[in-house]
Formats: sequence, C-alpha cells, structure tokens
Amino acid sequence: MSLPIPPGRVSPDNREHFEGLQTGRLLLPRCDRCATVIWYPRHFCPACGSLEVSWFEATGRGTLHSFSIVRRGQGPYAEAGPYVLAYVELEEGPRLMTNLLLEPAGFDHLAIGQAVEMVIERADGVPPLLRFRRAT
Amino acid sequence: MTIRGAAFIAGAYEHPRREIPDRSLAQIHAEVAAGALADAGLEFRDVDGYFCAGDAPGFGAISMADYLGLRLSHVDSTETGGSSYLVHVGHAAQAIAAGKCRVALVTLAGKPRTSPGEQRTSALPDAPEGNFELRYGITTPGAYALAARRHMYEFGTTGAQLAEIKVAASIHAQHNPNALLQQVVSVEEVLESPMVADPLHRLDCCVITDGGGALVVVHPDIARSLGRRSVKVLGHGEAPKHTDNGRIDLTHTGAVFSGPPAFAEAGVKPADIDYASIYDSFTITVLETIEDLGFCARGEGGRFVLDGALVAPDGRLPFNTDGGGLCNNHPSNRGGMTKVIEAVRQLRGEAHPAVQIRDCKLALAHGTGGSLGTRMGSATLILGQEDA
Repeated sequence: MSLPIPPGRVSPDNREHFEGLQTGRLLLPRCDRCATVIWYPRHFCPACGSLEVSWFEATGRGTLHSFSIVRRGQGPYAEAGPYVLAYVELEEGPRLMTNLLLEPAGFDHLAIGQAVEMVIERADGVPPLLRFRRAT
Repeated sequence: MTIRGAAFIAGAYEHPRREIPDRSLAQIHAEVAAGALADAGLEFRDVDGYFCAGDAPGFGAISMADYLGLRLSHVDSTETGGSSYLVHVGHAAQAIAAGKCRVALVTLAGKPRTSPGEQRTSALPDAPEGNFELRYGITTPGAYALAARRHMYEFGTTGAQLAEIKVAASIHAQHNPNALLQQVVSVEEVLESPMVADPLHRLDCCVITDGGGALVVVHPDIARSLGRRSVKVLGHGEAPKHTDNGRIDLTHTGAVFSGPPAFAEAGVKPADIDYASIYDSFTITVLETIEDLGFCARGEGGRFVLDGALVAPDGRLPFNTDGGGLCNNHPSNRGGMTKVIEAVRQLRGEAHPAVQIRDCKLALAHGTGGSLGTRMGSATLILGQEDA
C-alpha cells in the first residue's frame, strides 16, 4: 500500500532542494566556507555560521541508521496501516528522517546498516517527498 | 555567581485528579497555584515572580498574571517542553539571587486526556524542520522508538531491560492512591502489551493525564520565616540537544550537557544522590538518562536497571517513587513538574512510607522536553534538605 504524500511548505530556505526533487535529483546545500554538507536544507551553515551555501547533487544512496514500525499513525497517516519511520545516513554524511518503502521486501527484512536508495514520490499540488527503499 | 543555596522550594502541589473535564486550563493553573502557596504558608499577594511555559493559556504569563491578579516584578515563560518547570526553578533561583523577586510561583496545567483537541503541541507546521519530519508521519512514540532501536543496536539493550523500568515504576505506583495506573506489572506483561512503535510496547509509554502542579521558590530569608520544611536548591543545568546538522546521535540525551553543570554547582557527584526523579515519557528516556547523568557507563543502562536497582527504598538508584509518568501522572504531556514535586516529597520525608528513602539528603530531578528522536530541552536540578 502506498503512503500518503502530506502537504509541505517550499520556502526561500529550501526552494532549490524541492526544485531538485521535481527533476529527479537530490540537491543538498554545502557550506561555501567550511564545506560541511548541511541537513535539513537551509541557507545557513550550523557548523560554522556562514550564510553562503551552494547546492550539489547527492547520490541518493545510504544506509539504514534506525527504524521503527509505527502501528498507529496520526493525521494523514491515520489510515495508513503500519509504516516504517526511519533515519537514513546518506553517503554524503547527513542522517535524515524518512520512510522506508517495503516493496518488494516486508518488515522482516529490516536491519540497521542495510543499503538503501532514494525514491522520489510526487503528488499534485504538494512538494515532492524523498523516501527510500532497499538498494537493488 | 552560583545559585547554590540562593533559593528554597517552600511549596509544592500536585493536582490529585487525572481527568478534569469540568475545569478550564486557567482554573487548573489557579487550583495548583493555590495548593502550592497553601503548602508554603504564603498568599497570592506574596508572589512577585511568576513562571509558566507553553501550556499556559492565551498570552501565557501575562494572561495568567491577569487571571490570578498577580503584582509582579519578574516574569519568565521559558518553553523547553516537559522540562520547562525544572528550568523555571533554576531561573527562579537566579532571579532571587539577583534581587529581581523573592517569592516565585511556577505553574503547569493541561487536559490532554479529556480534551485532546485543546492540547497545545510543539509540532508546529511553521517549524523550519517541519517539511523534513512531519511529512513522514513522525509520532511521539515513533520518534522515541528510533532512539530505542539504535540503543539496542549499539549496546545490546533489550526490550526486557526497558520493561524493568516500567515494572519498578508500577511497584511504586501501587502505593499512590491518585496514580492513574496502580497495578503492579511484570516484565512479561510489558513485553506482551501491544506494540505501539517497534520496539516500544504500550506499557513502555507514559500515561496521558489531565492535571497540573505548582511550586513556590523563595528567598532564603522567607524560607526561614515559614513554618514549613523547605528544600534547598543546590544546582541547576539546562541545555538543548538537537539533530546536530543531520548528525544526530540517538543514543544519548541532552542530560550529557545539563547534568555536569548541575552536579558541579551543587558540589556533588552521582554516587551521592539518594533519590532521583528521572523523566519517563518512555522507558528508553529513563535508560539513556541514567547513562547520561553518570549513574552508569554509556551503554550499560540496560544492565544497570536489572535486579530492582530503581525500586525504593533499597535499590541502588530509587527513582520516581510516585509512580512517575509511566504510571502516576504526566499532566499536559509534560512530566517535569511532577518530577520536582516528588523530589520535594522525598527530601521532606513526605513520600509514601513504603517508598520513602531513609534520611533522604540529596535528590536529583531531571526533565526531557521534546523528543529523543529529534530535539529536546534538557534540565537537571540537584536539591537538598533544608540544612544541606
């Protein structure tokens, strides 16, 4: 079963990121001063305080850092049935919250450390959503 | 400047009810304020400092000052979630030491059990991180589950070890006639309760209750003038812990930052603590916090909680003798106030006799506001008997 794609807000802080997802690319900000890769997307480097960032294309590959099978969702997820809330660690360093899609594997195949790859999901009228699945 | 000995908790009051559909939020704030002031032997007209957090209705401290008719020289509405009230005690001591006020009132109230639609939440849609968390169906248990799963992965912590924390809380709650859950549970019952968000079961989660509580923090001269036994504020630490630019470490809490300054200010170490109120939104919250405050080594929390270590009065670290948030009360989804209140009871020798620590001289209270799975405001208080 597919998961909901809830509304989101594109702002001047994250516009490049969502425009990238629209074209199938994962764009992340990197600090112009200290070269730290930044997450969540913003025009500020929390590592050094710089206001100048540039956007680069990340691989969309990573590993499962932690996960939970949430049995009772709320709001848009109230009718979703059990779903996987997860942190994925990208090859570029950041750990981001996401969902792990289970097709074709099921809950029994989840394991911290397993390789995952991005899936960009789209719906009309809302920003795209970055999810992951087991790497093929 | 240190706040060690700069202020005393002279009054503490926990609302006795766990379902309060027949009161407004402001009314519950007023009831607990009246209870804490009566406990101290003071009147509303004595209050010149007022502290509240995000649970206060309307314009917060200003609306409540209006409702209660307070004449104030100091207000503080610091919001760090469920830990706010420990922060407030520290800030009240600072304000008293600086001469800004002499009688500080701290209040909390909420009705998430009977009026969940009215409950205020920190998951605000305009948060800069909102797009990157809320859209994925993050829930409170789900986020804590991410921390629990990672702790299990890194250190071999088990569900049965987490369950021991709930068991200890339930052993204490059987003596509290106001506790929402008064039945003693076993490790097996915790593990057999429905899974809410793997690996957390229903009985790994705190209760959802209406209620509230209040504290009165006063200048030492006022404490001395009151007939009531008061509790000395010895040390305080507060710190946020956040996602660290996408490098979040799920295996520790903000207690690693708030604990050391509190112990240093008080001039004591973890082994000196007779009783600990430890924030228990979930069992994993307690386990990580015990490690972070230095009661055991990092990764050893699962082994530390075995063999009744947390059970009063004889365990190595008796905790949450009121039954805690896991069994007694978690008013307004914020457990910090009741953590301070039970520590005050222990230091006054007024806990239930079955769980009272003999000659409890030194207590710790710790609050965790927000989420182990994302960001939190942590606060630690070290409290002592009046003559500590």
